[in-house]
Amino acid sequence: MTPLLEIDTLTIGFGAAPPVVDGVSFSVMPGKTLALVGESGSGKTLTCRSVLRILPEAAQLRSGSVHFAGTAAPVNLLGLSEREMRRIRGDRISMIFQEPMRSLSPLHRLGNQVAEVLRLHRDMGRAEAKRTVLEKFERVGFADPERAWRSYPFEMSGGMRQRAMIAMAMVAKPELLIADEPTTALDVTTQAQVLGLINTLRSETGMAVILVTHDLGVVANMADDVVVMNKGRVVESGSAAEVLSAPAHGYTAKLFAAAPMIPEVAKPSRALPHDDVILDLKNVTKTFTMRAGGWRKPTLVTACRDVNLQVSRGKTLAVVGESGSGKTTCARVALGAERPDPGGEVLFYADTGDAPLPVHGMSAAERSRFQRQAQMVFQDPYSSLSPRMRVQDALTEPMEIHGIGTRADRRDKAAEMLRWVGLNPDMMARFPHAFSGGQRQRLSIARALTLDPKLLICDEPTSALDVSVQDQILNLLEEIRDRAALSYLFISHDLAVVARIADEVAVMRAGVIVEQAPPRTLFYNPQHPYTKALIAAQPEPDINRPIDLELVARGAGAPTGWPEMFRFDGITAPMLREIEPGHLVRCHA
Amino acid sequence: MSTQPSNRYVDTTPWVDDVDISALERADMDAPAWLLTWRKFRRHRIALISAIFLGICYLILPVAGFIAPYTPNERSADYLYAPPQGMHLWHEGEFVGPFVYPITAEADLSSFQWTYTTDTTTPAPLEFFCKGEEYRLFGLIASDTHLFCAPASASVFLWGSDRLGRDVFSRILYGAQLSLTVGLIGITVSFVLGITFGAIAGYFGGKTDWIINRVIEILRSLPELPLWLALSAAVPSNWGPVAVFFIISIILGLLDWPGLARAVRSKFLSLREEEYVKAAEMMGAKPARVIRRHLLPNFMSHLIASATLSIPAMILGETALSFLGLGLRAPAVSWGVMLNDAQNLASIEIYWWTAIPMLPIIVVVLAFNFLGDGLRASLDPYKG
Repeated sequence: MTPLLEIDTLTIGFGAAPPVVDGVSFSVMPGKTLALVGESGSGKTLTCRSVLRILPEAAQLRSGSVHFAGTAAPVNLLGLSEREMRRIRGDRISMIFQEPMRSLSPLHRLGNQVAEVLRLHRDMGRAEAKRTVLEKFERVGFADPERAWRSYPFEMSGGMRQRAMIAMAMVAKPELLIADEPTTALDVTTQAQVLGLINTLRSETGMAVILVTHDLGVVANMADDVVVMNKGRVVESGSAAEVLSAPAHGYTAKLFAAAPMIPEVAKPSRALPHDDVILDLKNVTKTFTMRAGGWRKPTLVTACRDVNLQVSRGKTLAVVGESGSGKTTCARVALGAERPDPGGEVLFYADTGDAPLPVHGMSAAERSRFQRQAQMVFQDPYSSLSPRMRVQDALTEPMEIHGIGTRADRRDKAAEMLRWVGLNPDMMARFPHAFSGGQRQRLSIARALTLDPKLLICDEPTSALDVSVQDQILNLLEEIRDRAALSYLFISHDLAVVARIADEVAVMRAGVIVEQAPPRTLFYNPQHPYTKALIAAQPEPDINRPIDLELVARGAGAPTGWPEMFRFDGITAPMLREIEPGHLVRCHA
Repeated sequence: MSTQPSNRYVDTTPWVDDVDISALERADMDAPAWLLTWRKFRRHRIALISAIFLGICYLILPVAGFIAPYTPNERSADYLYAPPQGMHLWHEGEFVGPFVYPITAEADLSSFQWTYTTDTTTPAPLEFFCKGEEYRLFGLIASDTHLFCAPASASVFLWGSDRLGRDVFSRILYGAQLSLTVGLIGITVSFVLGITFGAIAGYFGGKTDWIINRVIEILRSLPELPLWLALSAAVPSNWGPVAVFFIISIILGLLDWPGLARAVRSKFLSLREEEYVKAAEMMGAKPARVIRRHLLPNFMSHLIASATLSIPAMILGETALSFLGLGLRAPAVSWGVMLNDAQNLASIEIYWWTAIPMLPIIVVVLAFNFLGDGLRASLDPYKG
């Protein structure tokens, strides 16, 4: 069989620098999915963009060819005129981008945006185009296609926008779909559903798919063939079954080892005792007032409700949930950045047996002491360090604020903390923009450690990092916890990440905790449909364990659609019941 | 390379897992932010040329008296409305060095104009480092040495003379002293007010923000020109030129700050969301420290760019006021005051050189705009 797309020794570079894509060759068979795997900077995005010739202006195509066969005569895409290229884009080859929040125009209704493809390529009448688009909308899972046609992108969630993007890419029935990390920005349950959708559409239409991803779990669920790239070069390629079952190249093996996985659990663990807590959230509810605008009454939004959580000393409590589940609000309340609604309180026990310190009712001196003992690690390593401050200034600032030590003491402490996080103290004179995401995350961990805190609140510290770097950072966090006897409140959307580091997991959905247990218990005996969906939606780099989409769909829907026992609507949630020691589930008796 | 059965390919180039976690990822970015900005700014050629040009202009200001052949109010009663005289080097194929041809005035009694005849037979070589009228270097040191002046027998009006026989070229140099500094003083006033109010509004938000915003809106809704007029009409007419000058700059600054305050406020709002600011707050830093250590350094560069872009407005404002006779008044010399003399359309038609002060205004305003644009474009060194 002749391949649909054949990339041959493609080389792309910037300026006089060595190429960033170096002699890449692979081919895509019709009707098959090829996964392009690699970490940031591996050149995978440039490679697939060169197919559509939408490279950044400064990029130079140094050599190679991209042959596209398809139904018409084979052509070299790199040799086509801009006019011919426009006829191919969106019609025969279409693309889905990573960021659904930014890839749709906020000023146009979804229907018009999607129908534009048909008007450009099919010369279709208005009514016919609308009918075709509505069909597509229904196909990609919009419950009410008419409504979707009329709505603007900002009215939709990320998952829905990505579905609209898929509808837009599919409406002209392309022969090749290029999906550039289509699910990276989505929650894990939404990711599973979107991946399932791409798979179904592919088998229905017989198109080929190039899937760019950094996640081997996604590869295992989607791909027929795999191309692994590292630093602009193809290091390994072959059928997905072969590559995933026996990775032959060292780099593939390393990616494999780093891929987060939900462990197989033989037996549940014992309940985690809560006799020595460091942080105690009691009945925390947080309601925000949203200004409705105009003369209408402001609306109240409950971000989290009735949250009771205890962080045990020296242990890690993980809060897991999708975006909008209220997990970040919980963390902000715990740190005192937000005040809970009346009736809720947060207590901090600095040392075993100390009198509790109410986080939201402290004197200035107590507050200053609390700020020394509870520190936070942020999500985005690129924005958590000031670009105008040298590493040394950033690291010594916390000590300066609290007036600890002399200048030399602070410097020594900063150097020591740099060594703790595995970095060289020579870095102190440098600026953060020279560093990679992983290095910056190490720097912000070092900064949090300079005050010798007792409690560290980690707000998705690894979600912006590549898998292999994520693995290193998690190792580092574990190492530091044991070395400095820290307690963690760990916020994440990823159960597999949490599985490694947590001693107890609280799963949040729609502002409430739906299930809480030690991770092994949770994976051994998940009770709540949402927990089950989260576990099922986790893509595993194992080709024999595909995602169970039905299970995901059952649990990931609205709380009103859950089985009778767990169902709730609005604020009438059932109680959190202890079904076995240390295992709480929100269900009706 | 080893291609195995069923299209399996494994790269056989030796690969070691050599991740040095201390290695710099972007060695090219390993520099302080100002250096990165400079590297980018250097590539904006027009902006760079403008910066050099403006630099030279401001360097000349304190020594304008030395460069100008005449002092600003030195009148030559024999040369009223003299046309520009060319400076020549060669006379009848012979090199004489810089010289002018003397001119003589004659009243044309039928049209009531001064007509000038140029005597091209006797070149009058310019004198260098000659004695002339007294002026003050840097405004302090009295001196009477000029870079060049006309020989006793002739005059040197490079850009002509005005209705009182004063040298336009010299007056432009002196006028620059006021016209160029009015922008700086005005921008300082507007900077201080703008940063203070913008920072307060942006950092504290809520009611404070609301009040400051409304004040800004009210100030911006006032028609600018009548307000200037009213304020400068309120300046007592018996005040000296220097006092009037300061008051005018301050008026310009007072009316300019709302724009800057808005820029500061919006920048503050976006910077507040940055995690390093939140981190500092959570570590217990007080608002003053957060503003000083984290917010200001990160947007100072943006402020400098927007200030550069608003200096031209000040210069134009001064010119407009003086042109209307409500800004600086004679004997002070500024470009606007000079243009005030050129108000009469008839005189521009006949004595077009009295409108020459427009040229430096245009060039300087353009230069500031190019410079500001270049600065703004190079302020985000992390991109591209």
